[in-house]
Amino acid sequence: MTHLDKLEVEAIYIMREVVAECEKPVMLYSIGKDSSVMLHLAMKAFYPEKPPFPFMHIDTSWKFKEMLDFRDRVADKYGIEMLVYRNEKAIEQGINPFDHGSAYTDIMKTQALKQALDKYGFTAAFGGGRRDEEKSRAKERIFSFRNEEHAWDPKNQRPELWDIYNTRIHKGESMRVFPLSNWTEKDIWQYICRENIDIVPLYFAKERPVVYRDGNIIMVDDERMKLRADEEIVMKKVRFRTLGCYPLTGAIESDADTLEAIVAETLGAVSSERTSRVIDHEAAGSMERRKKEGYF
Amino acid sequence: MNDLLKFITCGSVDDGKSTLIGHMLYDAKLIFTDQENALILDSRVGSRGGEIDYSLLLDGLMAEREQGITIDVAYRYFNTEKRSFIVADTPGHEEYTRNMAVGASFADLAIILVDGSKGLLTQTRRHARICALMGIRHFVFAVNKMDLVSYDAEVFQKIELDIRKLMVEFKYATLCVLPVSATEGDNVTTPSKNMLWYRGATLLSYLENIDVSKEESKEGCILPVQRVCRPNANFRGFQGQIVQGKLSVGDKVKVLPSGQTACLSSMYVTDKAMDTCIEGQAVTVSIDREIDISRGCVITTEESLSIGRLFKASLLWMDNDELIEGRSYLLKLGGKMVPATVQKLHYQIDVNTGEKKLIKKGHKNEIISCDISVSEKIVLQNFEKCMAMGRFILIDRVTNMTSACGRVEYVLRRSDNLTYQNMDITRDIRAEMLGQKPVTLWFTGLSGSGKSTVANAVEKELVAMGKHTMILDGDNVRMGLNKNLGFTETDRVENIRRIAEVAKLMNDAGLIVLVSAISPYNVDRANARAIIGDAYREIYISTPLEVCEKRDVKGLYAKARQGQLPNFTGISAPYEVPKDAELSIDTSLMELERSVEKIVKLCCV
Repeated sequence: MTHLDKLEVEAIYIMREVVAECEKPVMLYSIGKDSSVMLHLAMKAFYPEKPPFPFMHIDTSWKFKEMLDFRDRVADKYGIEMLVYRNEKAIEQGINPFDHGSAYTDIMKTQALKQALDKYGFTAAFGGGRRDEEKSRAKERIFSFRNEEHAWDPKNQRPELWDIYNTRIHKGESMRVFPLSNWTEKDIWQYICRENIDIVPLYFAKERPVVYRDGNIIMVDDERMKLRADEEIVMKKVRFRTLGCYPLTGAIESDADTLEAIVAETLGAVSSERTSRVIDHEAAGSMERRKKEGYF
Repeated sequence: MNDLLKFITCGSVDDGKSTLIGHMLYDAKLIFTDQENALILDSRVGSRGGEIDYSLLLDGLMAEREQGITIDVAYRYFNTEKRSFIVADTPGHEEYTRNMAVGASFADLAIILVDGSKGLLTQTRRHARICALMGIRHFVFAVNKMDLVSYDAEVFQKIELDIRKLMVEFKYATLCVLPVSATEGDNVTTPSKNMLWYRGATLLSYLENIDVSKEESKEGCILPVQRVCRPNANFRGFQGQIVQGKLSVGDKVKVLPSGQTACLSSMYVTDKAMDTCIEGQAVTVSIDREIDISRGCVITTEESLSIGRLFKASLLWMDNDELIEGRSYLLKLGGKMVPATVQKLHYQIDVNTGEKKLIKKGHKNEIISCDISVSEKIVLQNFEKCMAMGRFILIDRVTNMTSACGRVEYVLRRSDNLTYQNMDITRDIRAEMLGQKPVTLWFTGLSGSGKSTVANAVEKELVAMGKHTMILDGDNVRMGLNKNLGFTETDRVENIRRIAEVAKLMNDAGLIVLVSAISPYNVDRANARAIIGDAYREIYISTPLEVCEKRDVKGLYAKARQGQLPNFTGISAPYEVPKDAELSIDTSLMELERSVEKIVKLCCV
């Protein structure tokens, strides 16, 4: 078995454990490449049965249009249940990434996620997080215990031995489960290539309207984008290594418009992928802090 | 496609584990430029006076960076042209031993660091022992900080001899000892110019080339069933991962523990129909006849698997709470989760000398030999013969903490001679003849809270209703059945266990049982609930301590206040308030008649 085969088997084993032991699981679907891989693995893990749990997208209302189109298309194609949750109260209040900085991420992602998990009473939520993404993620267990407040306690994690997972929780507590923990960005791309997995077109290089802002290339996806006085929209051939809310996601200049070209570019990459996520850089340990508050 | 090596780094604190891996990643150009820039920036304010501090690449949690230590395992991923690697960097402090074990359970190979200026330390020996316990078969000892001992060959040779002596005790496949300097980079990725006397491979090149694959086994197939897949009425598939051997369509298989046989009629590897599948693959199989198969069953062609209820085990105890003989846990092994009891503690292994020490209790970070019994027959195997069927975890029933991990050393046969005799006259028949539903009302609460008074009144009411009852009073039982028990923790656990077993027997006889016992600890009550089962009803007599103390019917509080009664619940020992009691009654607030009415109602639920 190759390295990718082993990673595939591990992810499938984890998904089957969750379905066998957890009362009410859900798979978080963020529309990105990792979610696409996770969905593909879920289809394989339970075949000939459909994945016996719903999928859920936390919509901040600031996602790229192409992402939302892709989400609906995929749900149709696979015939899976796709729940969409938005923090409507905050959207009404006009919370946005331009005026509200880090509070925006907390309200639209972390709070929205907690509200959604509580609303449906999910006891286990699959996430596409990988340990190679960021230092605090590198420390997290595959079955990550969360208390009633959905908080992670990094200093007191349950030991996780071999492939025997302790899924026991009390009422109100929950598990976050990361079947792709041991995958790297490179593995993800190679697997997408091997399995010919459909991904959002934003990953492929194309001429797109962008502005240069604080060292990032930001795509102007709709009229809500507030331009600064010195900014000018230009057309550039760009693609994205990760996808999130469009005003917070940096593009890279690239000519890679096929999967093979993307893999080749990734193999030779000099920066880690999360450099294009504006929020990770705010303060040392920002990811750990957000995870303690309940973020994925 | 490259193959994959999973390894860990371990050893005592400050032996330079994080630095070694950090240096290897840095030298082999395996980090991204933004990580490199962040590293150089972080190092400027660090303890190496502006020199690059490679350990910062790995210590990820805020608390770790603040304190300059590793608390939990960090996983790093890298590959060279020859191989893909996952390395788990584990903590060196004794306090975090369980996190080190987490890393060890995941790895094929261990790099154990030894400080060349200090030699083997207790922690080095502990880690070697835990690696062996968790099933690692390939060992590399990196004798580090050679720069601090002037790259002296004699220092190295002396330590190497100690290492080889240490390893005699363990079963392993390969062992390599090499001298390095993690900070300076000698023998990490490039051969050292300072140690020309060493002719072996550098660490990275050794890791790139070592073969950790198991010898081709000729043994039968083992497929533990993870879940049953039933998409429609026509298909019933059993999903799991093959942990040994291979299977083909048409093979005659046995299903354990029932022992029924069947032939494989179809097989999928993930979503593709296949004729044959091999060790490691995730499969869905179906069989040619209707037999009962559920999660935890094993589909197999291997003859040597055991079915048993009692086995000898080695444990690594990981919980802050102590391990006590007779206490009940949940055991998870091969997809099966069952109630289990630690029957007999044999000894603890001294991590330093390997000596066996007799013990009464187990403590955190100790390696312990004991007997474990489980509530039903399960499929298992000696760890040495089949790791996947011989390793397990113990889960605390109250806190849900993973309290221990362990391995099956061998299955004890004496339990096989004891089989539960099913009698024709059952509990239900006896209960029906008495015209009642047998339950156990378990009254818990402080001394003087009114347990006995309430239980007595409830029994009178039940008898007046024509019910058949029995009271088991904690104090009275201690004068007879339990008179050989004192008040130590072990005895307390046994006291509750006996009362619960007796209550269960009386329920079997059709009786309604009223137990009145302080039973101050959650674990003990959980144990009683586990033994008695569905018939268990917990009633918490929640009368406040001040009221109980004022009443002081037996004069015990006065004595306890004077220090004459050590371990007196409420004064010098804790009372853990029940979280899942069926009923709470404060006798200082509720009329006795009203209490009785509520409890009698509970009998009928």
